[in-house]
Amino acid sequence: MKALKKLFDNIHPYVEEGGKFHAFRSLVDGFETFAFVPNTTSRAGSVNIHDAIDSKRIMSLVVIALLPALLFGMYNVGYQNALAAGQLGNATFWGMFLYGALAVLPKIIVSYAVGLGIEFVVAQWKNEEIQEGFLVSGILIPMIVPVTCPLWILAIAVAFSVILAKEIFGGTGMNIFNPALITRAFLFFSYPSAMTGDATVWVSQDTIFGTGFAAPEACTAATPLGQAVTEGFAGFDCATIQNAITGLIPGCIGETSVIAIALGAILLLWTGVASWKIMLSVFVGGAATGYLMQAAGLTAIQWYEHLVLGGFAFGAVFMATDPVTSSRTECGKYIYGLLIGFIAVMVRVLNPGYPEGMMLAILLMNLFAPLIDYCFVQKNISMRAKRAIKK
Amino acid sequence: MSKLFSAENKAAFSNPINLNNPVAVQVLGICSALAVTSQLAPAIVMGLSVTVITAFSNVIISLLRKTIPNRIRIIVQLVVVAALVTIVSQILKAYVYDVSVQLSVYVGLIITNCILMGRLEAFAMQNSPWPSFLDGVGNGLGYALILVIVGFVRELFGFGSLFGFQIIPDSWYVANGGWYMNNGMMVMPAMSLIIVGCVIWAHRSINKEAK
Repeated sequence: MKALKKLFDNIHPYVEEGGKFHAFRSLVDGFETFAFVPNTTSRAGSVNIHDAIDSKRIMSLVVIALLPALLFGMYNVGYQNALAAGQLGNATFWGMFLYGALAVLPKIIVSYAVGLGIEFVVAQWKNEEIQEGFLVSGILIPMIVPVTCPLWILAIAVAFSVILAKEIFGGTGMNIFNPALITRAFLFFSYPSAMTGDATVWVSQDTIFGTGFAAPEACTAATPLGQAVTEGFAGFDCATIQNAITGLIPGCIGETSVIAIALGAILLLWTGVASWKIMLSVFVGGAATGYLMQAAGLTAIQWYEHLVLGGFAFGAVFMATDPVTSSRTECGKYIYGLLIGFIAVMVRVLNPGYPEGMMLAILLMNLFAPLIDYCFVQKNISMRAKRAIKK
Repeated sequence: MSKLFSAENKAAFSNPINLNNPVAVQVLGICSALAVTSQLAPAIVMGLSVTVITAFSNVIISLLRKTIPNRIRIIVQLVVVAALVTIVSQILKAYVYDVSVQLSVYVGLIITNCILMGRLEAFAMQNSPWPSFLDGVGNGLGYALILVIVGFVRELFGFGSLFGFQIIPDSWYVANGGWYMNNGMMVMPAMSLIIVGCVIWAHRSINKEAK
């Protein structure tokens, strides 16, 4: 740590105003405040400190909470590859993990390079402090795309969302929509053949640097959720529920394992970074809607299966609870969460075009979160006004 | 002759193309800018149709401006515009049938285009025919300019072509063993709203001091 501090102290003179490498000021500043808590405090009369840890520390906590799901996702990529090639017997645990890591790492690098690159350029151009919001989005994005997603469309989507969903609104903390979900929505609507479907999207089928296996031709692997929609209820295999909880099913890289997501959820709730109200009400809303839909005979998927399949758990834990785009009033959080769960299951059941509704549900409720907040704030104001008039 | 092209008349023509662009600054006529711009050819035809209709309806209303009773002026304006739209629509059907099929109802809907009513009310009712004509042409071209920009981006990235000619090599496409895919969102109207937004963004950053 000391050596790192010394390195930053040595670099500083070069990037100050008039220094040789002034163009990299925001870059150095960004990394330094990431590694060390800055010693500057807010001036009197401006923003007050709300908490002992700043937003960079909070972001780092979320990244740590995402790690179990990410590591499991890497393993699952290798597992699905071996399964598709019919070579499960010959595959070792570390072999599958290495294969998955090699498949996932380029996506993480591209996502961070493009996103942070834009953030650094904007910070330097506007002469502002580098904003840390992309730290989490950058790792979320690779986790919510299929493993075969080409890198160049990922780069375009990341650039699109960082510029048009975030910087335009004023950067971190000002965005209306979750940037990671905007990235996914852009990919989903722009390049549907690379994002959905049952053909070859969900499972990596080639060898990478000699690891993994080449799958035989015309190997298809749909997500269980997609299967339930496209092949009717007959195609839905209830035995996959167990696999859906452990996470050994095809799907986006980070979303498959409920256990790994639960580990992250425990960390987020224990540290108080994410709101338990939102998380709980998303699950309650989804379960209740799923139960009603099944009781009405509209779907064969049980209510608890909705919660473990697809991106429901991942969205509820990591996306819906985004403090910037979710509701801020305490009562509003229940409404916000319940409606996300409700809409997600409604889309899944009633719209045959989209087997997965979580992304659309969260984006839609992102849009309505300020309205929910407004209603509760107004309700509070009029309630207090009445109380004051009475006395 | 010098009177015909006085500074005022020049401004009536050139302002709407840039500084007072009907789409980028006044944010009028957005619906059709979203609807007809998925390809370049219909966008250009639409832009030209609106230019012709705005110019001539401006001239006609300007000629009639002193005789139109104030209380029924909107009806008179609508009748003039509707007549011109019908003529243009018939010409399109006669000479560029394919494009007119692509444009479908949107040629007829030029009647409801806010730019037309806006120019008639704001300019032609107060000015003589020649400046009104220039104003109409300028506004029409300003509208067409935005449509062409949006249509260019949408056709290039949504279909990989311009005017129907393939620009992006076939061998790049995934189906032919390459890596490229067309951007499906460009074909959707939602994306043209975003592109119009980007155009407005660029326009405002360039003309910051001109406000």
